[in-house]
Amino acid sequence: MKRLLLILSLSLLAFVSSGQASAVLTEDLGKSSSGQKSDRTEEVAVVGDGQVPAEPGLSQNLSPGGTEPAGAAVQEEEIDLPEIIFGHVRDAYEWHILDWGKDRKVELYLPVIVRSKYSGWHLFSSKKLEGEGYEGFYMGPEGSAHEGKVVERAPDGSEYRPLDLSITKNVLSLIMSGILLLVVILATARWYRKHDSLNEAPSGIAAFMEPVVMMIHEMARENIGEEDYRKYSPYLIMAFLFIILNNFLGIIPFFPGGANLTGNIACTMVLALFTFIIVNATGSKHYYKEIFAPDVPSFLKPIMPVIEVFSAMMKPVSLTIRLFANMLAGHIQILCVVCLIFIMAKYGAVLTGSMGLVSLFFGIFLDCLELLISFIQAYVFTMLSSIYIGLARQKS
Amino acid sequence: MFLVTPDTGLLLWMVIIFGIVFFILAKYGFPVITRMVEKRSEHINTSLRLAREAQEKVRSLSEEQARLIEETRKEQARLIKEAVDTKDRMIAQAKEEAREQAAIIIKKARTEIEAEKESAIRDIRRQVAELSVEVAEKVVRERLSSQEEQIRLAEKMAGEIASNLPSGVRN
Repeated sequence: MKRLLLILSLSLLAFVSSGQASAVLTEDLGKSSSGQKSDRTEEVAVVGDGQVPAEPGLSQNLSPGGTEPAGAAVQEEEIDLPEIIFGHVRDAYEWHILDWGKDRKVELYLPVIVRSKYSGWHLFSSKKLEGEGYEGFYMGPEGSAHEGKVVERAPDGSEYRPLDLSITKNVLSLIMSGILLLVVILATARWYRKHDSLNEAPSGIAAFMEPVVMMIHEMARENIGEEDYRKYSPYLIMAFLFIILNNFLGIIPFFPGGANLTGNIACTMVLALFTFIIVNATGSKHYYKEIFAPDVPSFLKPIMPVIEVFSAMMKPVSLTIRLFANMLAGHIQILCVVCLIFIMAKYGAVLTGSMGLVSLFFGIFLDCLELLISFIQAYVFTMLSSIYIGLARQKS
Repeated sequence: MFLVTPDTGLLLWMVIIFGIVFFILAKYGFPVITRMVEKRSEHINTSLRLAREAQEKVRSLSEEQARLIEETRKEQARLIKEAVDTKDRMIAQAKEEAREQAAIIIKKARTEIEAEKESAIRDIRRQVAELSVEVAEKVVRERLSSQEEQIRLAEKMAGEIASNLPSGVRN
């Protein structure tokens, strides 16, 4: 059942991502050959091997007044790869949904909530941040320490970062995934309340969620022990579902998805902190004895607590970095492969087309890989959390 | 650097939202599901155990049944054998008895027959004697119609009696 679920979601997302990539591809081809008919593009490709600017006569002949401006346009729109990639993976004050034509954008402007040291709380739409800024708040300029964040000009003229509790793209995604999780799990719980689960096989949402929930529940039982795993299993299930849901949402390229929440260090840090707190707040005597007074030769006695405390501290750090880095790297990989098409756009149709194909297939492959990683990372985070809890619960 | 610098805002929202969702689900969501599923698996385990026990019972019952049938068959065979033996014995006994009875009856019959025969013979003899006497009477009466004949006879008989006396009386 678990495997089936995974395969199903894999194929679904592969389908979605291939649609996305091909949309990008066609858009790009349209851009590079703007003004030319498609058969002409092929001719140019065959004759000039894509080096359109090298054969000005020919190209002019084929597309009167077409190629030169188009080429110029591509030249002007120099691809700023880091900008595109980091723009996609970083948090934002607005949710960019799609570009419509040349300069019409469909964007969701999110509320900015800031507390200025001087003028208290402010709440306004992020649309007002465009351009000059609003009430002394503006976007941190490129290259500054607060690039892409709301900053305020202090009365003395210096720039500083106010307390920023804005509903950013990631926060909105977080809220949506939280609501989704609530709805799904409460609906599942409702099914169990309404039905006689002893004499009825789970159906609908319960049949879908039960294997996932029970997988983690069983994992908790194995790693924490029969005695008190019930106390911890809700947290582990919650962490697993939250991570995997947001991982999946992160891969979906259009509106409800696309926010890079689990690739954001703040998110993973909070998750790891929850694990850290649970591990250390419910640790057994034996666990603390192992840290502060381990049974080692006397010359090691002063060193061991330091090492043990350090290792206890490193556990949440490793959880944080592992999840965050994996998801971030996955997003960057996919974005790079998709951007390949835009980079190749100025080198002519053949290269664009072939690289487009390459990036299409690579994109599909990476999306599938990313799905696998989404699951693995959620599973690993949960498993390590349960193992840490299990270790801290050991009696002897 | 911005990638590894956590935002205060997101940190805070994450704690709040994750906390709220976790609180609600840990109270009304997951325990309901896991408890029900565990109850169900418990139920399934119990049912399986019961089914296994029932199967065991059925098997032992069928073994018992087979044993009983076997026993009954043996008993039956024994009974039949006994019955046959009894029958044979009874028949033999009856035959023996019958033979004895028959022997007794025959013996009795034989004695009776002997007696009957004896008496019949005696009867016949008597009758023969009577007849012969009668005949003799008649003959004598005829013969002794004349005087001289009577005298002759008397003489003859006297002579006969006299000759026969020493040899005893015979039939």
